[in-house]
Amino acid sequence: MTETSRRALLGTGAALLAAPLAAPALAQPRWPTRPVQMLCPWAAGGGTDAVLRIIAALLEKELGQPFNVVNRTGGSGVVGHAAIASAQPDGYTLGMLTSEICMLHWQGLTEVTYRNYTPLGLMNLDPPGIQVNVSAPYADVKALAEAVKKSRPGQMKASGTGQGGIWHLALAGWLGAMGLPASHVRWVPSNGAAPAMQDLAAGGLDFTTCSVPEARAMLDAGRAKSLAVMSPERLSAFPNIPTLKEAMGIDYSTGAWRGIAGPPNLPAEVRNVMGPALGKVFNSQEYKDFLNARGFGLLYADAAGFGRHMEEADKSLGEAMKAAGLAKAA
Amino acid sequence: MELLEAFRLVAAPDVLIAILASAIYGLVVGSLPGLSATMATALLVPVTFWLSPIAAVATIITASAMAIFSGDIPGCLLRIPGTPASAAYTDEAYALTRKGQAELALGAGLWFSAIGGIVGTLSLVLMAPVLAEMALSFSTFEYFWLAFLGLMCATLVARSSPIKAIASMLLGLLIACIGMENPAGTPRFTFGVPDLLGGIEPIPALVGVFAVSEVMRAMVTPEPPKLPDRKFGSILANQWALTKKYQWPMWRGNIIGIIIGVLPGAGADMAAWVSYAMSKKFSREKEKFGTGHPEGLVEAGASNNASLASGWVPSLLFGIPGDTITAIAIGVLYMKGLNPGPTLFTENARSMYALYIIFILANIIMIPLGILMIRMASQVLRAPRAAIMPVILVMCAVGSFATGSNLFSVLLVGLFGCLGFVMERNGYPVAALVLGIVMGSMVEQNFITSLIKSDGDVLPFIERPVSGVLAAMTFGALLWPLGVWIWNRVQGPRLPAGSAAE
Repeated sequence: MTETSRRALLGTGAALLAAPLAAPALAQPRWPTRPVQMLCPWAAGGGTDAVLRIIAALLEKELGQPFNVVNRTGGSGVVGHAAIASAQPDGYTLGMLTSEICMLHWQGLTEVTYRNYTPLGLMNLDPPGIQVNVSAPYADVKALAEAVKKSRPGQMKASGTGQGGIWHLALAGWLGAMGLPASHVRWVPSNGAAPAMQDLAAGGLDFTTCSVPEARAMLDAGRAKSLAVMSPERLSAFPNIPTLKEAMGIDYSTGAWRGIAGPPNLPAEVRNVMGPALGKVFNSQEYKDFLNARGFGLLYADAAGFGRHMEEADKSLGEAMKAAGLAKAA
Repeated sequence: MELLEAFRLVAAPDVLIAILASAIYGLVVGSLPGLSATMATALLVPVTFWLSPIAAVATIITASAMAIFSGDIPGCLLRIPGTPASAAYTDEAYALTRKGQAELALGAGLWFSAIGGIVGTLSLVLMAPVLAEMALSFSTFEYFWLAFLGLMCATLVARSSPIKAIASMLLGLLIACIGMENPAGTPRFTFGVPDLLGGIEPIPALVGVFAVSEVMRAMVTPEPPKLPDRKFGSILANQWALTKKYQWPMWRGNIIGIIIGVLPGAGADMAAWVSYAMSKKFSREKEKFGTGHPEGLVEAGASNNASLASGWVPSLLFGIPGDTITAIAIGVLYMKGLNPGPTLFTENARSMYALYIIFILANIIMIPLGILMIRMASQVLRAPRAAIMPVILVMCAVGSFATGSNLFSVLLVGLFGCLGFVMERNGYPVAALVLGIVMGSMVEQNFITSLIKSDGDVLPFIERPVSGVLAAMTFGALLWPLGVWIWNRVQGPRLPAGSAAE
């Protein structure tokens, strides 16, 4: 006991002595001086895990301290997201937020919202596409939209993820933008995008609204075609797919995104170091190559931009969830 | 020419080192209770960032094949399966160990895993397009029947009364209801606990009911008579005789493994269960099953490794994962520019051939490395029980925590340990509980989505050709014993129920 307190005292003393000497002389940031923990709310081996790991590796190169990714899974992302929000605000526990943080609270599954974080940078966004079977009679998204409008409510079936998942909300948002109720096309819940694309190829569905990269293998295999993408601009990896606005004049965009954030009240120092570092990581060739190879969409926003992005996403996803009857509280 | 080029790709030093290192890694991780083959693969992903494309894919292929095999080792020696794929025949293998034939059980696991892996690879090489078409023709209707048939294996495999087996399977189904990962996306039985939202994963349940309950049992029972202290015999000695004797079950295991592996969503776990149940059902020596009889080990051991290789077919052709392992592998393929699709086979034939060679190579080096691993692991049979059990308990806790850094899963393992202990004491088979948890969400998901797609019409469940056949098989298996019983009542007991139920 005495041993530790003495060591702590000595440590503090040394730090007090060293700080005024080192800081002005070398203009060295006082953060990070030890390894930083990066929490990932999703399991190892998945997409979010992969993106966070490459960011962590590049941050380590940039800032000279190890950035260790820790998968804090459970509760469909609730557990990990809550852990980031409630971490010590000393800058040594940060993490990755995903779109679910703007969805879970609408369903009444958690109290934590985007306001419980210090945003540091948006690192990726994947907009949904609209995919149909290659033998489907729709030449473009307009033809599909006409068919949807003419169909009986619930006659047409779409899929892409589970009930209330991000691609379900994309469908609800698209239908809403056309002035149709969200239940006009029946959602077939699936265990992720891959089984949905399989069922589309097998002829069991009319269309899917998963992201284009998730559909890529089926598109390459000539089993499916992508009619439009719900983003403001065309995707650099898929320049032939028109946006919704180009194809049918509907200005609707959404997407699944990932960004880095920390608990509220992060010291200014951490924000000042981390913001530019994330910008450098995003602009590095390694990061771009990695995301392009995996087919993940490149979109960056700085700390303030990420905050605004989450505010808008929270509003639009909340509206889509209410329209689809998925939101619990008003 | 392309083939030669592929050999050159595989013979590169970095690839060979990657194969060897990941083989050892897979063997160790798979043999630790609580760390599954999926976990072994997931932990490799960050490593693959820094490897060449072929080396990256080689690590995944090798590590997963090794982990599925070495999951048999703790199951055989301690009655604690290392992976869910081994749970189906753990009791059988352990019974062999108690009879002093551990080397026969482990050797069978190793030998027939390697054969299954190679046959599965050949199916991938020769029939990938045909198999892929078959996988695409399976819709949710067919998957429903398949999962339902899988559930019925619980009663076939159990040595206790079928009623108790069904009861523990139903308990497993109830546990599978927990969480919000259901078709409605609505939280069920979560009692406001956020940790329960994601549902109960099969792994903590498996670790709990097998490993922790085994430790608890060791605490309340006197140490069993020590196994005769003798030299551990040759591991491969009798395998050729077994291969000849059980040739037909082995091929059946291979074929079932290939078919189940190709179907997206049904992986090595299901292949092992179905094969073990088939083996028992069609065996001439049914009564020997569960008492230490190698026949089921032959069939199921071949089956789960065959499914592992054929699971790559839909992944490589359509980017649709055959199981959780290939789901991770697809990400690595994309990252390394080996984009799944038919063009991978045509434009990138060199890399494809290289993958085939790696598959075969991995299954061949599995034999010498596996023998080494078995020899080392068999030391636990000599160690006093009081030294082994605490180590197992620590490994269970560490393993379950490592998966998600979540203390809740450690608690869950403990709870399932108590549950498993009570169930075993009262003659309820815990393997059926695990099967219920694994299959429950698959049955529900496919049933609900099928009904949504057909607007509530049940006819497509029997109308479609493949689903019709599967439905007939399911009802046949369900109603046959009843039919025999009625026949015997009406005609007098001329047909003995046991042999008539073939």
